[in-house]
Amino acid sequence: MGEVQEYLQLTVGAVLVYNFVLARFLGICPFLGVSKRLDTAMGMSGAVIFVMTLASFATSLIYNYLLKDALVIGEYTINLGFLQILLFILIIASLVQLVEIVLQKISPPLYSALGIYLPLITTNCAVMGVATLSAKSDYSVGQATLFGFFSAIGFALALVLFSSLRERLELSQVPKPFQGMAIALITAGILAMTFIGFSGLC
Amino acid sequence: MEIFIAAVIAMAAVGIVLGAIIGIAAKVFKVEVDPRIDLVTELLPGVNCGGCGKAGCADFAKSIIEEENAPSKCPVASQEQVSSIAKALGIEVGDAVKKVAVVFCGGDHNQEKVQTLYNGVNDCVSASLIAGGPKGCAYGCLGMGSCARSCPFNAIEMVNGLAIVHPHLCVGCGACIDTCPRNIIDLAPQDAKVHIYCSSPEKGAAKMKVCAVPCIGCRKCVKAGEEDQFIIDGFNISVNYEAEKLVDKSILENVKCPTGCLLTEAEHIRIEEAQINEVA
Repeated sequence: MGEVQEYLQLTVGAVLVYNFVLARFLGICPFLGVSKRLDTAMGMSGAVIFVMTLASFATSLIYNYLLKDALVIGEYTINLGFLQILLFILIIASLVQLVEIVLQKISPPLYSALGIYLPLITTNCAVMGVATLSAKSDYSVGQATLFGFFSAIGFALALVLFSSLRERLELSQVPKPFQGMAIALITAGILAMTFIGFSGLC
Repeated sequence: MEIFIAAVIAMAAVGIVLGAIIGIAAKVFKVEVDPRIDLVTELLPGVNCGGCGKAGCADFAKSIIEEENAPSKCPVASQEQVSSIAKALGIEVGDAVKKVAVVFCGGDHNQEKVQTLYNGVNDCVSASLIAGGPKGCAYGCLGMGSCARSCPFNAIEMVNGLAIVHPHLCVGCGACIDTCPRNIIDLAPQDAKVHIYCSSPEKGAAKMKVCAVPCIGCRKCVKAGEEDQFIIDGFNISVNYEAEKLVDKSILENVKCPTGCLLTEAEHIRIEEAQINEVA
């Protein structure tokens, strides 16, 4: 039972209860920046799912085999745990760079679908956050990858919901002081409140 | 001390390995890109408006090279920019008359009768779906600014419930033409300064019931103008933009349009803006 619950937390929990945007408040910039239209939101969501899954896989590899336990080299015992953030940034940035180069050659349709969002998302706090959170919770490589994928699904869900709301808002008569970003932030707040309803689910 | 050295070595090792991998990948997975595409992209205006029908300037540059699209399809580029691209590639310029959008309607709040009270979504497309919208004329501007919102260059202003195109801002990309549910926006050559601001095909009397400034089809302008300068289509007359000699301002002195829908662009904008001041 314990294991089932753990995996439920990694999947349903990451999507709904601890939603990256609406509960953890990570990745707010793309959430507000590319949510004006549904199709750009879809492109961004695709890129986020792609990058976050890959990034959590790569960083959890590094974490589990290099940073977690102290390395013993000869007579020295060295704990490199303090290099975590630095190494994660380096790994994620070069990974995305690499993926972009490979995609351009191997799968031009996927490359043009993800487009500009792929390099944009690299430096996002959500991507960094998923790596750090996995390390903090001591997930294994498989668990971390699962967590990364479902966290990204949660991000995509929030982004698609929010952009649909904003497309609808575009047509309504918003009072002048609330137009633009103000009403978007209020909407995001209400959306976050509705997600509180999922707390306690798992 | 050991930890310091170990940290430096670890970071350096990871950095070098990752750098090497990316370097090798860049060589192995190299995609040959036509260098002319970059050249043309630089010469294009770079506003990414989508007026040419492509996803952006880089995409349009690609279509110029690969599909032999004419550079003049770019609605933003000036004649010099287009010819510099054509010169760089050694191809034909392709003929293009600079065009701007015109809203063929003069029915603002003061001129046109409102027939129904509309309380729905503030959008022309939605309004036209519900019993044809609030205004009396079924062929006029709905005045809810769908075109103004669709304009990537903010060239359309809503004045007194009427869309007005500011010709110096308009690049003729055609986004508003696709948006307007009434199909009353069209492109006209930038040199054409005189327009007939009415699109309704109804009979003169029927138009007069709902609007103060319709074209009633009296043909005074047709008689005053030269042959071929106007197009008569039933009860509606429009300026022939393909005529050899476009109608110029002097026609306004020769003919007194009884309703005042034959106007110069400048006069049209002046009238609408003056009415705001009156209301204020």
